[in-house]
Amino acid sequence: MTIDRRPGAAATHRTGPPFWLAVPALAFFGLFALLPLGGVVVLSFMEWDGLGTPRWAGTEMWIDTVTDPDTRAALWRTVVFVVVSYLFQAPVALLLGVFTAGRQRYRAAFAVLYFLPLLFSSAAIGITFRSLLDPNFGLSRAFSPGTLTTNWLGDPDLALYAVIFVVGWCFVPFHALLYQAGVRQIPASLYEAAVLDGAGRWKQFRYVTLPQLRYTIVTSSTLMLVGSLTYFDLVFVLTGGGPGDATRILPLDMYLTGFRSYQMGPASVIAVLLVVIGLGLSLFLSRISGSGRMQSQQAGAA
Amino acid sequence: MSARRIRETPNVLGALGGLVWVVVTIVPIYYLVLTSLRRQQDYYVENPLLPPADPTLDAYRLVLENDFLRYLSNSLIVTVAAVVVILAVSLMASYYLVRAGTPLSRGTLRLVLLGLAIPVQATIIPVYYLIVRLGLYDSLVALILPAIAFAIPISVLIIVNFVRDIPAELFESMRADGAGHGRILLALVLPLSRPALLTVGIYQALQVWNGFLFPLILTQSSSVRVLPLSLWTYQGQFAVNVPAVLAAVTLSALPVLAAFIVGRRQLVSGLTAGFGK
Repeated sequence: MTIDRRPGAAATHRTGPPFWLAVPALAFFGLFALLPLGGVVVLSFMEWDGLGTPRWAGTEMWIDTVTDPDTRAALWRTVVFVVVSYLFQAPVALLLGVFTAGRQRYRAAFAVLYFLPLLFSSAAIGITFRSLLDPNFGLSRAFSPGTLTTNWLGDPDLALYAVIFVVGWCFVPFHALLYQAGVRQIPASLYEAAVLDGAGRWKQFRYVTLPQLRYTIVTSSTLMLVGSLTYFDLVFVLTGGGPGDATRILPLDMYLTGFRSYQMGPASVIAVLLVVIGLGLSLFLSRISGSGRMQSQQAGAA
Repeated sequence: MSARRIRETPNVLGALGGLVWVVVTIVPIYYLVLTSLRRQQDYYVENPLLPPADPTLDAYRLVLENDFLRYLSNSLIVTVAAVVVILAVSLMASYYLVRAGTPLSRGTLRLVLLGLAIPVQATIIPVYYLIVRLGLYDSLVALILPAIAFAIPISVLIIVNFVRDIPAELFESMRADGAGHGRILLALVLPLSRPALLTVGIYQALQVWNGFLFPLILTQSSSVRVLPLSLWTYQGQFAVNVPAVLAAVTLSALPVLAAFIVGRRQLVSGLTAGFGK
């Protein structure tokens, strides 16, 4: 639906709308989004406690932060968080999207319920799950004593995975919506042809649905990967990074370093790292999706 | 899988899987509402998944007595103000970006769309610095300004795609009748892009309403506290009174739930607009 009706350049030059119409939007965007993006790079070379005046520190902050074992541990935790989140969210969202694209009544009813997590703030979800996962008074007590008393958020070996589950609970519905819209755009004739060829449910999914969803998969995957790379809110409310540092992923590490330890310089270094990794990841994903390689990747994955 | 095939056996496996996710989705929400209706002392003894033997609204009364309405009105002010400005400036900019057709306008559009790739989290330190320097720290304005800024790229993207579909002849005939740009904006672009504005408005309202990060770093007093942050502080304040904490959570979600019941279709399309293409 994006037909570009570019009018003749000569005519519009005389009568086109003036630039000032874009100025208010550009002012907001420039001052509070673009400028901070540049500002974070500058601040990463500064020493600042969040109160006084930032002082130039050169590359010191960079060297300190990048060589800090805590930063590296946080980076590794972030990789685990991003990868496991993706492995959990992507298949579930894809299946739910395909499922809710069906026109059956019960599926429409299910879809309404699936949507509900999107209505809650991350603070609301975090607090609810903290209570629900409480080993003494939460879900564990719903069953006979002794079962399910795992301390999901308090066990350093489990906390990160518990957080990944809750974040997935929160974001799967959104991606399922993307997939649902994608599936509904697939021409019915493709399925009719597949049925004539004797394809069963699995083969239709494998040879019609999946290849046709190529672009949706790329969009959803990019949003999922880059989104979880910089995700902060829910992890903060659920665990605050703990127990110990078990869930201290990079964005949280940045927040805690900056706003709890008042080391804005190192925190800015982490922020720049996040921007660079995020941009690199999006560029990489759009590159592999732009060529035919995505198709063969899917063939291998399915 | 498209369901337009008739001679097909029901997809039992799919239905079962779908049901599992319904349970996964519903149990936490069910638990939330149920617990908020429990008496504080019963919370420790009753089965958390069974209805309370003695349901009560005490928890809700306690929350309402503890400034909930102030936080609610703060959230309303921030959300309404941000959304109104977002819609106004994005619509103005979109008209220019679509109809100017100059190298400047094309470059500007590209710059704004680049903003889609800026992760909010990575900019919080300079945003905090700016807000402090502008003397706006700990005010509602501090929450509104960055919310507007980060909403502009996606809003412009959605509205531009819509304004592009307005036939060029309509603009030209209005110009021929001597209408100025302000008039074209109000009498032509505004009414014709209403669906896009609705989509953007709903999406951004939900974003701002539920936003947690900016309130966390840019405010601290209870007089400017918004709902998501208030949940966080209620948790510290009520501590062991879990039903009260969860009553606050439930109350905070009620306005959005009401909106969902009234305008489910718009909300769903609002959430996926801009990504679904």
